[in-house]
Amino acid sequence: MKEEVRLMKGNEAIAHAAIRYGCDGYFGYPITPQSEVLETLEELMPWETTGMVVLQAESEVAAINMVYGGAASGKAVMTSSSSPGVSLKQEGISYIAAASLPALILNVMRGGPGLGTIQPSQADYFQATKGGGHGDYHLIVLAPSTVQEMVDFVGLGFDLAFKYTNPAMILADGIVGQMMEKVVLPAQRPRRTEEEIRKQCPWAADGRKDGRKRNVVTSLELESARMEVINHQLQARYREIEKNETRWEEIDVEDADYLIVAFGSIARICTKAKELAAEKGIKVGIVRPITLWPFPTEAIARAAKGKKGILCVELNAGQMIEDVRLAVHDSLPVEHFGRLGGIIPSPDEVVKALEEKIVK
Amino acid sequence: MEIQDIIRPENKVYSTPELLDNVHMHYCPGCSHGVIHKLLAEVIAEMGLTEKTVGISPVGCAVFAYNYIDVDWVEAAHGRAPAVATAISRLWPEDVVFTYQGDGDMSAIGTAESIHAANRGENIVMVFVNNAIYGMTGGQMAPTTLVGQKTATTPYGRRVDLNGHPLEITNLMAILDGTCYVTRQSVHTPANVRKTKAALKKAFQNALDKKGTSVVEVVATCNSGWKMSPEKANEWMAEHMFAKYPLGDLKNE
Repeated sequence: MKEEVRLMKGNEAIAHAAIRYGCDGYFGYPITPQSEVLETLEELMPWETTGMVVLQAESEVAAINMVYGGAASGKAVMTSSSSPGVSLKQEGISYIAAASLPALILNVMRGGPGLGTIQPSQADYFQATKGGGHGDYHLIVLAPSTVQEMVDFVGLGFDLAFKYTNPAMILADGIVGQMMEKVVLPAQRPRRTEEEIRKQCPWAADGRKDGRKRNVVTSLELESARMEVINHQLQARYREIEKNETRWEEIDVEDADYLIVAFGSIARICTKAKELAAEKGIKVGIVRPITLWPFPTEAIARAAKGKKGILCVELNAGQMIEDVRLAVHDSLPVEHFGRLGGIIPSPDEVVKALEEKIVK
Repeated sequence: MEIQDIIRPENKVYSTPELLDNVHMHYCPGCSHGVIHKLLAEVIAEMGLTEKTVGISPVGCAVFAYNYIDVDWVEAAHGRAPAVATAISRLWPEDVVFTYQGDGDMSAIGTAESIHAANRGENIVMVFVNNAIYGMTGGQMAPTTLVGQKTATTPYGRRVDLNGHPLEITNLMAILDGTCYVTRQSVHTPANVRKTKAALKKAFQNALDKKGTSVVEVVATCNSGWKMSPEKANEWMAEHMFAKYPLGDLKNE
């Protein structure tokens, strides 16, 4: 398949991207608002073309453990779900992280807590960036704000996951999942051959080919002294990822008096709010974290220098704001604005919040 | 005739399987797991599957199975071995994937994964060791614990009104269209050991032939959990367990 320009939903784009980036297997369970990922894959039948495996599992729990198995055998595998389903996956995600396996997990967030709503939300920021499952671990968390980024982050997510043998998550929301946009789908990247997999993943449990020593994938180590060593190795990898892979976007930060920090779809609403504020003479710059973990702490600290205040705009009750406050150490006012329960604020609401909470 | 005249390769009747590691096992003396491990090691080597076998070890006493049998292993979360096996089997269709699960793994926390993998007819082997107790955590009730059986969480014996009935999950597996071979065996006598080995061979052959899911239940003892001598545990198993879990094929297609 050649590069192709199409109009499609974010969820559909994920399915196309998975095939085109050479994904070996997708394991999912339907949940609104992301069921189109599995539906599109079933419709495209990639097992007939690239050989990709697609399977509707009996639960989110089974799906993430299929991902664990597939990743343990060296394959490029992924799953997708939405908030309540991603909660169910957390045990498996912890195992995948602990066993140092590459995998890709998509969360198209909806409003919680509990069964919540099916409308867009960003209320799983804490879950995605602060652990989610048990133990000291981190996912590489990518936050798309466009359908194009949904596509791009499938490729980037797999690349980073394999580079660091660490699971990556695309933390999207119902807006990016459901909206249609023009998107450039990449040319087909061939799936890796078995030889390439064995070269890239010498640790994979795929049968002791050619009489090599056995590979064991486990997260179990009862000896505390050895478990501490494993933890230190994980932490060293996290420091390396922080050093190399922190990503963010800045819009007119230099000339601004105020900053908005926002990620994902709401960051785009904030670019309109920025224009409306400029009409009122309020000069606003935007920092959009692209990796939520590692968080662009230094970039925000740098951007905040000389500014009068920061408004964190999130579709939640105030989660990322904690990381922003840590980044700037009380050097300027940092306030939160967000709507809950699946409500998407208008640009006017954002400007009003900016005026009331920051400009004053 | 001197003893040295007898010790010759052609006279050898028994040896350690090449795939069974010469290490100290963590299992209690008298436990059935060691025999079942030995049989798996023999079957895999004899069928020439060393380079295409992946085992999925459970949470439970057999969690460390990967330390004993010299094939590739993935250690699964509690109950999830069939899901892990499903993915590897689908992604590496030339491989033979088997799960090794206890009664908690198979019939409590992993019931959904076990039933659904079998119902999909995944080309895997599920080895189910049923000793009617949770050995690893210190002898608590399992779904397969017999009525009246004393465990750490049924100290006065399992009561149906409090704890429900023993779960015959293998019978459930047998009625699923995805299973091709469901059998219940034991390893408490030499004859039964040989039958279990034959059952495992058939199950692995089914996986090679892509016939669907094979389930080999091994009714087993947990002498330390049951608080009996190994010999007494074997007697108790034959007397009580086989009444609820009778040996033999439940399905053989």
